[in-house]
Amino acid sequence: MTSVSDPPSGSFQFSQLIYDTRYRSLTFQLIALLLLIAAFSWLGYNLVNNLRAAGLNFSYGFLGEPANYDINQRLIEYTSQSTHWRASVVGVLNTLLVAVLGCITATVIGVVVGVLRLSNNWLVSKLMAVYVEIFRNVPVLIWILVIMAIFVAVLPQPRDFRGDDATASMVWGSFAFTGRGFYAPLPIFGPGGWIVVAVFIASIIGIFGLKRYATKKLYAEGRVIKTLWPSVGLFFVPTLLVFFLLGRPISLEYPALAGFNFQGGIFMRNSLISLWFALSIYTAAFIAENVRAGILAVSKGQTEAAASLGLRPGRIMNLVVLPQALRVIVPPLISQYLNLTKNSSLAIAVGYMDLTGTLGGITLNQTGRAIESVLLLMTFYLAISLAISAIMNAYNNAVRMRER
Amino acid sequence: MKKSVLLGTLAVAALSAGAAAAATLDDVKARGKLNCGVTTGLVGFAAPDANGNWDGFDVGVCRAVAAAVLGDPMAVEFVPTTGKTRFTALASGEIDMLARNTTWTFSRDVDLKFEFVGVNYYDGQGFMVPKELGVSSAKELDGATVCIQTGTTTELNLADFFRINNISYEPVPIETNAEAQPLYLEGACDVYTTDASGLAATRAAFEDPSAHIILPEIISKEPLGPLVRHGDSEWGDVVRWTLNALIAAEEYGVTSANVEELSAGTDNPEINRLLGSAGNLGEMMGLEADWAKKAIMAGGNYGELFAKNIGESTPIGLARGLNAQWTDGGLLYSPPFR
Repeated sequence: MTSVSDPPSGSFQFSQLIYDTRYRSLTFQLIALLLLIAAFSWLGYNLVNNLRAAGLNFSYGFLGEPANYDINQRLIEYTSQSTHWRASVVGVLNTLLVAVLGCITATVIGVVVGVLRLSNNWLVSKLMAVYVEIFRNVPVLIWILVIMAIFVAVLPQPRDFRGDDATASMVWGSFAFTGRGFYAPLPIFGPGGWIVVAVFIASIIGIFGLKRYATKKLYAEGRVIKTLWPSVGLFFVPTLLVFFLLGRPISLEYPALAGFNFQGGIFMRNSLISLWFALSIYTAAFIAENVRAGILAVSKGQTEAAASLGLRPGRIMNLVVLPQALRVIVPPLISQYLNLTKNSSLAIAVGYMDLTGTLGGITLNQTGRAIESVLLLMTFYLAISLAISAIMNAYNNAVRMRER
Repeated sequence: MKKSVLLGTLAVAALSAGAAAAATLDDVKARGKLNCGVTTGLVGFAAPDANGNWDGFDVGVCRAVAAAVLGDPMAVEFVPTTGKTRFTALASGEIDMLARNTTWTFSRDVDLKFEFVGVNYYDGQGFMVPKELGVSSAKELDGATVCIQTGTTTELNLADFFRINNISYEPVPIETNAEAQPLYLEGACDVYTTDASGLAATRAAFEDPSAHIILPEIISKEPLGPLVRHGDSEWGDVVRWTLNALIAAEEYGVTSANVEELSAGTDNPEINRLLGSAGNLGEMMGLEADWAKKAIMAGGNYGELFAKNIGESTPIGLARGLNAQWTDGGLLYSPPFR
């Protein structure tokens, strides 16, 4: 603190901007801001000028033109005659797909590993430490390539399933695990199929309702209601009943070997699986450390207090420690989710057509619109990242400690 | 990595204040080295040998230009580029010329602002499949998984071919030729498609080349040639006429073996002008009078380069076909040196 015993009175003088502590920081900030603006406008001016000198114009017109290339994994309808914009959207959806799948798996693995790393079992905790150190300290691109290479080399190819002396066969006649990806049966919805699904969802809600009802009874009247068997019954009976009453409206389409590949069913490409798996286990190693830090941040007194109340270790973790640890875990978890999403741009290494592969790859190349494409690409990633941040911050607000 | 290159371009474009396309020829002379963009490795066209020296058909063009301009065929800095990075590298000035089996197309020439100086290999896109699949025509490839190099004209041709023939396929985009090989050999894709010359080169590197066949369909025209940036015609002329000199040399029977002897002067005025013993063609371009002689001595004339790197006696085993001299029924035709 500077003590200004005698505030300067009288008229304002320019020298005060530097010598007067009240204005000095403002002055310097203003100068820095002006310099920054000048630097950026100089860069922008040069960019525009140099582009003009090279005879290149800045235009997003190419987004409306036919893309002329094919994309293997399409979550929305897309042909080579669709526009570059649609190709970009296909890429965005593929990026989101692998990001969402990756975040979920990484969280599950990360939490389990983080908890196990604190286990009292020497072997388990050391194994988890080895896992974390190996996966955290090798670049994710290498993991993606290694997993893809193993995937392709180890699993049989569709041609191995062919012929009488086939070296590979389908699991239960309905799943095929090939080096090109996994094939699984696809449910086909006939008329009334959605009713079955609706009934199933309703019975899941019913199970949760039953649980709540039982808890309420326990707290209010001290009565214990058994929920296990009614839950199992609710899970199966109504759905199966409706399914058969409506005359089996849902059938399965099995993948079958036809021509070069399996046809029909659900196809998960090797690129998606390798990328998903690699991103998951890589990010999970970081999340495990966050979880460990979060758990260690909860004071030991909490565990001891819970134990003295007679809670078993598993329940102490679930009811006492983890809820408090979440406060510490969630903020760094957000940045791990963002990292995973951004790391998914390495997808092209295994031929997964994400946003970087379509807009930032083929579209950029075939149109030659590098600057436009990269700017658009950055905007997309920025939007996705900000959306993830927003969602996770909302969640963080929900779990943070309420100051009363 | 790709993104960093692009952002680098952006930064270069933003930072270099008004340094418009200057005289590349002067830059190269001042630097004493030619920066030449090549593939990341395609046996026969451009690949480093056991000692790390680049060798190949496209490399031969780079060396000829370096010899013509700097008098030293080894004064070349080879910059490996992928299908995706090559144009950015050239546009940003990272390389002076690109000799990377690049197809000459309208939009690359006009819209991307490049200048193709000629054609050093007339190619077309083909398909390679393992023999055991029993496929004899590309039209039987319905439902096949196809490995393609991304960022090339091939993926557009492929989409068109399958759409026109109303058959389906599963594209697997691959960044480089080296990455495509294991995928194809392990059977993760049934078919590998790229330019027919590239297929032959790739197959030659296989353990058992005879287990793979190249299907008869050629689905596109792929004139491959070196290119330079738009807007520097003097430099474009140097590269163009160096390539023409190699082609003309074969036509007139000038080889790396007899060029020394012929450069003393012959009865053929065309050869005399080419080799600099008559006229002042070199001076017009800003080069030494014996520029073409040095270019030919660098690796031989077009026919020698072809025979040494990709010809029938090499593992790649390409026939001259369209790439024969016009006098032999091919398409190679150098404009006159006069």
